[in-house]
Amino acid sequence: MEIAAIFLPLLGAFVAGLFGRFIGDKGAQIVTCSLMVVAAILSVILFVQIGFGGPEAARTVHLFTWIDSGSFEVAWSLRMDTLTAVMLVVVNVVSCMVHIYSIGYMSHDPSKARFMSYLSLFTFMMLMLVTADNLLQMFFGWEGVGLASYLLINFWYEKKSANDASMKAFLVNRVGDFGFALGIMAIFLIFGTVQFDEIFAQVPEKANATFNFLGFEVHALTTACLLLFIGAMGKSAQLGLHTWLPDAMEGPTPVSALIHAATMVTAGVFMLARMSPLFEYAPDALAFVTVMGALTAIVAATIGMTQFDIKRVIAYSTMSQLGYMFFAIGVGAYPAAIFHLMTHAFFKALLFLGAGSVIHAMSGEQDMRNMGGVWRQIRFTYAMMWIGNLALAGIGIYGVFGFAGFYSKDIILETAYADHSWYGTMAFWLGLAAAALTAFYSWRLLFLTFHGEPRADEKVMAHVHESPLSMTIPLGILAVGAVFSGIVAYPWFVGHDLAHFWGGSILMLANAEGETIIDAAHHVPGWVPWAPTVVALAGIGFAWLFYVKSPDLPGRAVASIRQLHGIVFNKYYFDELYDALFVKPAMKLGLGLWKGGDEKVIDGFGPDGAANLTQRLSGVASRLQTGYVYHYAFVMVIGVVALIAWFFLSAR
Amino acid sequence: MADWPILTLTTFLPLVGAFFILLIRGEPDVVARNARAVALWTSLITFVISLFILANFDPSNPGFQLVEEYAWMPAYNIAYLKGVDGISIWFILASTFLTPICVLASWTSIQTRVKEFMIALLVLETMMVGMFTALDFVLFYLFFEGVLLPMFLLIGVWGGPKRVYAAYKFFLYTFIGSVLMLLAILTMYLTVGTMDMRAMLDHPFASELQLWLWVAFFIAFAVKTPIWPLHTWLPFAHVEAPTAGSVMLAGVMLKMGGYGLIRVNVQMLPEGTFYFTEFVFVLSVVAIIYTSLVALAQNDMKKMIAYSSVAHMGYVTLGIFTMNQQGMDGAIFQMLSHTIVSAALFLCIGVAYNRLHTREIDAYGGMAKNMPRYAFVFAVFMLASVGLPGTSGFVGEFLSMLGAFQVNTWVAFFAATGLVLGAAYMLLLYRKLFFGKLDKPEVKAMRDLDWKEVTTFAPLVAIVLIMGVFPASFKDVYSPTVEKILADHQASLKAAGLIKPEEAQAAGLTVTIEQPSGAVSGN
Repeated sequence: MEIAAIFLPLLGAFVAGLFGRFIGDKGAQIVTCSLMVVAAILSVILFVQIGFGGPEAARTVHLFTWIDSGSFEVAWSLRMDTLTAVMLVVVNVVSCMVHIYSIGYMSHDPSKARFMSYLSLFTFMMLMLVTADNLLQMFFGWEGVGLASYLLINFWYEKKSANDASMKAFLVNRVGDFGFALGIMAIFLIFGTVQFDEIFAQVPEKANATFNFLGFEVHALTTACLLLFIGAMGKSAQLGLHTWLPDAMEGPTPVSALIHAATMVTAGVFMLARMSPLFEYAPDALAFVTVMGALTAIVAATIGMTQFDIKRVIAYSTMSQLGYMFFAIGVGAYPAAIFHLMTHAFFKALLFLGAGSVIHAMSGEQDMRNMGGVWRQIRFTYAMMWIGNLALAGIGIYGVFGFAGFYSKDIILETAYADHSWYGTMAFWLGLAAAALTAFYSWRLLFLTFHGEPRADEKVMAHVHESPLSMTIPLGILAVGAVFSGIVAYPWFVGHDLAHFWGGSILMLANAEGETIIDAAHHVPGWVPWAPTVVALAGIGFAWLFYVKSPDLPGRAVASIRQLHGIVFNKYYFDELYDALFVKPAMKLGLGLWKGGDEKVIDGFGPDGAANLTQRLSGVASRLQTGYVYHYAFVMVIGVVALIAWFFLSAR
Repeated sequence: MADWPILTLTTFLPLVGAFFILLIRGEPDVVARNARAVALWTSLITFVISLFILANFDPSNPGFQLVEEYAWMPAYNIAYLKGVDGISIWFILASTFLTPICVLASWTSIQTRVKEFMIALLVLETMMVGMFTALDFVLFYLFFEGVLLPMFLLIGVWGGPKRVYAAYKFFLYTFIGSVLMLLAILTMYLTVGTMDMRAMLDHPFASELQLWLWVAFFIAFAVKTPIWPLHTWLPFAHVEAPTAGSVMLAGVMLKMGGYGLIRVNVQMLPEGTFYFTEFVFVLSVVAIIYTSLVALAQNDMKKMIAYSSVAHMGYVTLGIFTMNQQGMDGAIFQMLSHTIVSAALFLCIGVAYNRLHTREIDAYGGMAKNMPRYAFVFAVFMLASVGLPGTSGFVGEFLSMLGAFQVNTWVAFFAATGLVLGAAYMLLLYRKLFFGKLDKPEVKAMRDLDWKEVTTFAPLVAIVLIMGVFPASFKDVYSPTVEKILADHQASLKAAGLIKPEEAQAAGLTVTIEQPSGAVSGN
């Protein structure tokens, strides 16, 4: 069953990719979608078995040996514990919805089979990532999803912007993978293995180990954790390695929903949660994770407020939410991070697919400045976007009912507050501020897109229509998740059943009072759980004021802080900075080394110099350089024969 | 052990085929057709016979197997001596595997002097197999140099417009290497009194002599590998060579360097290896970064792949000299992977070149649209070259770096930058060839791979994936030999007093993990 849940998507990718021509577009869609439905059902069954079966239900399915070199042994295997099971459900269910949605969304595209094949390939790679029982298989899935992301961002390969974006995504991710790969090597050096259980068993005894890294005697676990986190920063678009994510919106919208919102970008969060037994012993690394996460949350939220492309706003929102997950990890609240990962997967996929439905309705328009006033024509989509927004902003009444994000965001902020460290406190306040901004840009998006006067031309407006069933049904299912996943899953993920539910898949060390960070979060002052909702409502109010009540306010506000707005609107100039620091110098250096290093220095002193020298030394040499290879070869053979002859004659 | 001289047969069968081609007479097109057919059949039969080497090879035995020994010049202790071990066996198969592919790749693209071309190709095969099976230094040297002759001809006769300059450069570099190697071989002969390489392996050469011999051999093999800064002949040779020449050059000839480094430098001269390890690390790391950057600036497809070869060989030399199991396993695997991947990439370039007759990258664009099969095949090899896990390229690269990390984290750190740089130039190449608008009429007119091309590429794609997912199928054949090499190396160093006996266990690991709190000591 485990094998089927993971390898069916690969089968689908294979069939649709290689035989798409024979089975046709319809055939490819039917094959991939039905295989995904089966895989999704299987993963729900697995989730129930493992999540509620107690610690004994966790197991590992060994497939076969991958690499075995001396003491370095790695196997292909499927690790089944609660953490994996949660990811299985998230990945397979969202992927299944996206597969079905794509039938409608891509109905006008000529390469449907290729698209379905890539989607299924991505799903398989993501499943390999989350079921890995060692770091190297995780790296396989990690790079595999990167490949699928590259292929899908570049799906419309004739567009230059898509080419640029896909290359950027792959290369920035490779920078992260550079850290990840070094992290794996460091782990192997420290523990002599890269298999999770074997690593975790040794962590306590190696808690104070040091080793020499780049000339410094460093704390081994902290260094390894930081290297792994660099990998996570790349994949999960944390500040510094985030520049690829907004550009990745060049891909078709279902791709943005699946890869760049719900699943792949959360791989970094998953990796850190998986390595919790390691990170728990590396408090300095955790502090760094917290700071990066909190900064990402707030910076992305500010950029999100200023953008006009509907998909980019949601992309920055994703980046910001990932920041939340990371600072939750940073304060040691791994279950809270995974809880938010799960709820976020539902409501962010919903938002993206809803945005896709809008774009579909508006004949491909993505700029919100050219939208507005369409909510009557596409009421279902409008309702879905409301639900997605309510879940994202975390609206709810404490103790009664809330949308999915209400529970997961609250517990994250509570844990940050309860941590009482300087970075935890910083994360709490930045996270609270980001919550207000989140609500603001979410309703800004909603008002700009659906309300006010229509700003699109008449031709577009005449075509505005609700999407087909293949698109609306997945929206509805995801909406159910966005409404209920929080309240239903709360007790298992971060509530009373936490210990039983997670089993041994996540480690949280207890503090001096003997309670974990999640326990502590349940005892924060009474105002803390209310704060996120209050600031979110304030954010919504401001959005209403700016974009419905008095639409001239945004212009005046921007004018009053023109320079600051410019910096934020241009995304803090990260792209320009990197281009000037890395991309251009690399190209220049390459050209310089080629023309200067190879041709001038090496050849100048080497073969070309030798040629000139011999030519100047004697006319005979120049006559010998006839340019015929035979002559050179002949001379060489003669020389060899002469040398051997001389040797034998002189030796005897 | 087989009771027939299987190694000799594999070595000289192509020569027999070449002889038959020589006898072909008649109308030019009939000659060409027959020459192609004979060459194809000869190389295919040779490949099948070489499979018997694999079948008769016992991987668990780290010594030389299938040894054939005949007296040649007994007075001088020179013999006709052949054998295989785990290190050489895959290179023999690589030679016999790539030759028929080269014949196929030249089927239509070579139209002048077909007869001579096929003869050169078959002679080249004999020389390569002969070199990898030689266990007598005279044979080794003869074949090692003999490889150059047909290669010179392939470049010089069927090459591009600047073939003279390319051949000249090729010649000058290799000649210097050859002379030094010859002197070193003669010195070793005078010391040991035999040309039997097995005896050389066991002979402890004097410490200072080892250093000199090591340098001489290193230069010879560094030219072949090639190791920075002795690499500048390679881009020119590749650019001017016909497709088959490039395939053989990248696929097998470069590996003669790595093979020589292991067989001679590491196995015979342990103290020299010990002394020069850091030096090789520096050259390797420079090669990886420097040539990757240079590759980024190229606008000639073949030059770009040629420079990428130098970078990939950087991982090989890096891995070999880590002198631990992961590093050397990785180095050999990287060589095997590069054999397939670079050969395939040059074949891919040949496909484009045959249709448009230019290697300029900017002349192409948007081919994903009209050549989807070609785009797929090229993508597989591009990704293998980038070292994507699941392809052959990852295993070798990662193991080499893993080996290096245990010896020196700086080395692994710099080598790992190749992950980013390697991806940069390959993605750039792929993007310029296959993506963007298909607006050039001559590119639009290109047809997709035909069935003959598909059958050429299919086994290569399969091997790349099998090596990536199930590397043990290749690695288990040579790992025991590597183990023995490393053990012998430790023993030699211990005997020479370079490492203390208690260090021997942890040699290669300069990093120690301290456990101050009285914890149980691991590892």
